[in-house]
Amino acid sequence: MMRRNQILSRPALMQRLNNALRRIPPWLLYVLGAAYGGWLFYLAATGGLGVEPINTLERLYGEITLQLIVLGLAVTPLRRHAGVNLMPMRRAIGVLAFFFLGAHLLVWAVLDVQRVSAMWADILERPYVTIGMAGFLLLLPLGLTSNNWAVHKLGAATWRKLHKLVYPAAILGAVHFIWLTKGFQWEPLIYLTIILGLLALRIRPAKPRID
Amino acid sequence: MARRYASKLTWDDVTPREAYLNRRQIMAGGAALAGATLMTRGVQAAQDAWDLTPNTLEQITSYNNFYEFGTGKEDPARHAHMMTTAPWSIQIDGMVDSPGTYSLEDIIAGQTIEERIYRLRCVERWSLVVPWNGFELSDLLERVGVQDRARYVAFETLARPEEMLGLRVPVIDWPYREGLRLDEAMHPLTILATGLYGQPMPNQNGAPIRLVVPWKYGYKSIKSIVRITLTDEQPVTAWNAYAPNEYGFYSNVNPNRAHPRWSQEFERRIGGGLFARNIETLMFNGYEDEVAHLYDGMDLIEFH
Repeated sequence: MMRRNQILSRPALMQRLNNALRRIPPWLLYVLGAAYGGWLFYLAATGGLGVEPINTLERLYGEITLQLIVLGLAVTPLRRHAGVNLMPMRRAIGVLAFFFLGAHLLVWAVLDVQRVSAMWADILERPYVTIGMAGFLLLLPLGLTSNNWAVHKLGAATWRKLHKLVYPAAILGAVHFIWLTKGFQWEPLIYLTIILGLLALRIRPAKPRID
Repeated sequence: MARRYASKLTWDDVTPREAYLNRRQIMAGGAALAGATLMTRGVQAAQDAWDLTPNTLEQITSYNNFYEFGTGKEDPARHAHMMTTAPWSIQIDGMVDSPGTYSLEDIIAGQTIEERIYRLRCVERWSLVVPWNGFELSDLLERVGVQDRARYVAFETLARPEEMLGLRVPVIDWPYREGLRLDEAMHPLTILATGLYGQPMPNQNGAPIRLVVPWKYGYKSIKSIVRITLTDEQPVTAWNAYAPNEYGFYSNVNPNRAHPRWSQEFERRIGGGLFARNIETLMFNGYEDEVAHLYDGMDLIEFH
């Protein structure tokens, strides 16, 4: 063990980690993510998520969405500051976040609120729902353009600019969570702090472009 | 004086112990079967907003708001066992003839414990039907002697940090406090409950003694009471102090007054499963005939 540690310098270790990460095929992530979402739904339908499965499932899908958004936002800082390259799976992370957001929205609409009139009332009158819906609308074009055809069609520069919409959407998501929480609670504040921190890491002093 | 309030339902309507234990075995035994059972129940609940079939013991004891043990719905069931409930005493003070610290045994002595099958409506839009065991609060208040100047009753929950992990987080300004106008407190529907389903009160439901005010949102029905104070001023109550525009002092169940974060027009009965239909919320939670006169001439939107 000692010898291996001595041989593997930190950059070499990162190289190994990054090689391993690169070998994970994206389809596997899609399959695992979708299966996990389906598994939670199955649990909810069969009593595995407690006696009020609708709210529990809605909340779980929402929290997974936030977690995946956080992970997606961490990709660039991780590469830049820690040398860990999650780039090959960034699209899968984003698409899965959008998938769980859709599931969250569907559970809210169909199983929780159940009536279109009540949905409209919630969107218009309850600020936390308004904010959540705004976050969804910001992410909608991102979900629709997460494919090679769209990148090609839009051009890389435009595509990259469009996908910066995830920054405000992430903040809206965290504020949505804070606003729906009763009383003072740490968890939603921690999400907001992490998201703001990850966004702050992107702010760099202006310097001449080399590439 | 017991038995002033007569429910249309009797103790015979309570699910027998064998039946609800059986139901749990079915749940554990066959996931598919349980799923089907839950779906049927959901449809039934939607058909009749007045349905007063009690929820199972498992449902009543596994989905609770008792933030002293954590803000998750399962936290109270997980952590409330840490709370010491014996010995227990309640400090009764303020405008009473016989103030003092009374032991629980002393408080219960001489009271007729009766069953009350009540709807419980949470402000978060879920609801339960609970077969409580308890006695009318007025019987206790009459025993200690309410003085003429008293207009309100204030209550306080136990706050023992070493046994209540949730107190580490300042979710609200601890200890939990609640209050009633004196006429609300003296109403025959208002009880101090010491048990449910004929058993001692489970810790997560507010052992050993809690308030139940069935026409108000659940948070008014304060749990694990350690202090009762008679006063001539409207007492500070926990959620009202935290967000007065969201939680009023009265907090009567009112489908016409929307909470800023939740419409209150409908609710969902626990136990309907993933496909449970929402049911319409009733004015005063269905106890309008019994309590509406308490609020004659009052604007129930302003005094929500």
